[in-house]
Amino acid sequence: MKTDELVTLLSTNVEPVDRGAVARTLCLAVGGGVIVALGTAFFGLGVRTDFATTRALIFLAVKLAFAIGTVGFAIAYLTRLTRPGGERKLSPFLTIAPFLVIMFLAAVSLGSAPRAHWDRMIVGDDWLECLLSIPIIAIVPFACSIWAVRKGAPTNLARAGAFAGLVAGGVSAIGYALHCTDDSLPFVAVWYGGTIVLCTFAGAALGPRLLRW
Amino acid sequence: MSTDEIELKALMLASLEGDAAAHRVLLDRLSSRLRAYYKDRLARIGKAAAEAEDLVQEAVLAIHLKRATYDPSEPLTPWVYAIARYKLVDFLRRTRASRANVPIEEADEVMAHDDHDATESSYDIRRLMEGLSKNMRCAVEAVKLDGLSTAEAARRCGLSESGVKVNVHRGLKTLATLIAKRNAP
Repeated sequence: MKTDELVTLLSTNVEPVDRGAVARTLCLAVGGGVIVALGTAFFGLGVRTDFATTRALIFLAVKLAFAIGTVGFAIAYLTRLTRPGGERKLSPFLTIAPFLVIMFLAAVSLGSAPRAHWDRMIVGDDWLECLLSIPIIAIVPFACSIWAVRKGAPTNLARAGAFAGLVAGGVSAIGYALHCTDDSLPFVAVWYGGTIVLCTFAGAALGPRLLRW
Repeated sequence: MSTDEIELKALMLASLEGDAAAHRVLLDRLSSRLRAYYKDRLARIGKAAAEAEDLVQEAVLAIHLKRATYDPSEPLTPWVYAIARYKLVDFLRRTRASRANVPIEEADEVMAHDDHDATESSYDIRRLMEGLSKNMRCAVEAVKLDGLSTAEAARRCGLSESGVKVNVHRGLKTLATLIAKRNAP
């Protein structure tokens, strides 16, 4: 076939293009992921029942702020990475900002506590549950994000996969935060932060396989 | 910013609005630049220029199918370059011809030269279309090859109008996949 024939074929009856499609598809996918994560927290794990105490409310807010902040910045970058060449001039400093903040708060909190309490503050009651729950709840949100990115045209697949994983990990943490009763900053930094980073690495590893177009 | 960038971007914006004439000129001009780019890059790793035409068509199809991913607040050249380079890297990986790293260059490289010396690619569109489902084939033939309106195509294929649009889009996507597969030995 001549390229000219292909061009003729492609420019016969051209439809106008919906320019907001990329961003809207991503938001739709992340919204779907959030619903699944919240559903898992409400109907699977069960929501924590001690909302009456101020301490519980404050920690719930901290966990949600960390998770939502992570997701918010990550979506902004993922939207760019979904477009060809989006990785150009991309310095993802903002995405690590929530992690730096929570690590700083955790360090302050450890610094002001007696050394004997450190183990308990870091390990908490249910570190294993957190370690398993966040990556597992992240599976469906990750599939949603990958679906949305595949509708676009990423040209750096490992990085796009990493950010899809980061978004999924953050979304999952939003759901898990509603269940989790371990209220200490070092716990949030290590187990929430760590598992979200784990999701990011998994995404980077899977991106080149899942995102080819 | 080069005049080239300004002109091509204007064409792109018009084509996103559904201006078929602008779309045609845009794809024409981009394909001659892509041809020069691919011929040069393939020559550097000792591959025949004939394969360049396959790559040009893969890239042109990708530009058409993925045009919704262009962000009008950004220049056009880096977007085209990213697609062109992605298709080159993908092609080299598929054909396992070379483990050579494709260096990241200035995006302008892709627009640097024109080459109007088009050869035929190694596939035949009518034959490739046999790989499409009945509805996709009918919709692509009616709308894209015979130039019928969506309403006329809907009558011919026994589909709804939105069904025709969906089938045209899926059909072109499937064609792009078939071409990519065909270009792998």
